[in-house]
Amino acid sequence: MRGAIARPASALGAALALLAALLQQSCFSNNRHQGEKLYSQHCAGCHGEQGQGLGRLIPPLAGADYLVDHRAELPCLLRYGQKEVIVVNGVAYHNVMPGEKGLSPAQLTNLLNFIETHWGNSASPRTIREVEQQLEACRGR
Amino acid sequence: MLKRLLLLPSLAAALLTTACTEAPKEAVKLPIMGERDVRPRADGGPADTVFATVPAFRLTDQFGQVLTNKSFAGRAYVADFFFATCPGICPKMQAEMLKVYKKFGQQQRLAFLSHTIDPAHDSIPVLRDYAERLGVGTARNWHFATTGAHGEPTARDTVFQLAQAYFTAALPDKQAPGGFAHNGTFALVDDQGHVRGLYDSLNPKEVDRLLVELPVLLAEIDSRKPGLARQ
Repeated sequence: MRGAIARPASALGAALALLAALLQQSCFSNNRHQGEKLYSQHCAGCHGEQGQGLGRLIPPLAGADYLVDHRAELPCLLRYGQKEVIVVNGVAYHNVMPGEKGLSPAQLTNLLNFIETHWGNSASPRTIREVEQQLEACRGR
Repeated sequence: MLKRLLLLPSLAAALLTTACTEAPKEAVKLPIMGERDVRPRADGGPADTVFATVPAFRLTDQFGQVLTNKSFAGRAYVADFFFATCPGICPKMQAEMLKVYKKFGQQQRLAFLSHTIDPAHDSIPVLRDYAERLGVGTARNWHFATTGAHGEPTARDTVFQLAQAYFTAALPDKQAPGGFAHNGTFALVDDQGHVRGLYDSLNPKEVDRLLVELPVLLAEIDSRKPGLARQ
């Protein structure tokens, strides 16, 4: 008798789990697409479709030590750009990078998550909350 | 009767294949861009068609070498307009030019000419540094050139006018990244100073078209020098 009741319940459970998985997947894939889209709109022109950079003019993002070493500073760097000499993988670059002041914390999060998990990069994902906190460092700039 | 009908397609095919193998020598020729002028001849003979050419220019490249139209006589060149501090389209544009250079840079009858549209900033040392950073520091046939090597006050206007002759828009714009608005046109110029092709460097298909059309122009130049063509 017990078995007979358990079976429909487990079927319902499986259906719910499947539905949840589907929903979750669609949410995540949308987010992932936003990061990729933002990258190709705002970054790929200079840093390249594969994050390869350009000679010693534009630093690479693929396998860039700077992304790991300066992780917490990246939201501010994206928002306000940077004018200083920047050393990436031992090479100094002196081109100016314009800021992207129009990007929201959520967009910055998706963009960084895209960059940090592609072309051999494998940082742990950021949350929007984390990015908001990191943006405090450059508030009012 | 039926047999004769069956022969027709093979005949047509034979004609078509000969047409395909022989025609291109004359048929595939790049157009000449720009206005053309028809001038009647004084002796009443057939009128001459005068095609647009790139106007006279005098530039200085990253090695301090002076370049004029004559420097490119007998050679084709690919021209573009950029500036060293450009955070907009230039890196993409020059990355595409680098692709073309890697494929055709060894061609004797081809040069590359990148004009700075910010002569006030892009001095000869800046242009040399730019070439080095792009990875073509030792290339002698890719010129990064300025109209303002001696601080000429008209340098900027001169290069903007020159850009127009190459069908490229370039002008100062405070809203644009880096302070200049320009488009990423590559102009293919033949050995006689005619612009023979225009390609939007931001569109990969257009750059592919340049890669296909460049050898067509080089072959045309070779055909003008029958003594050298066999080398």
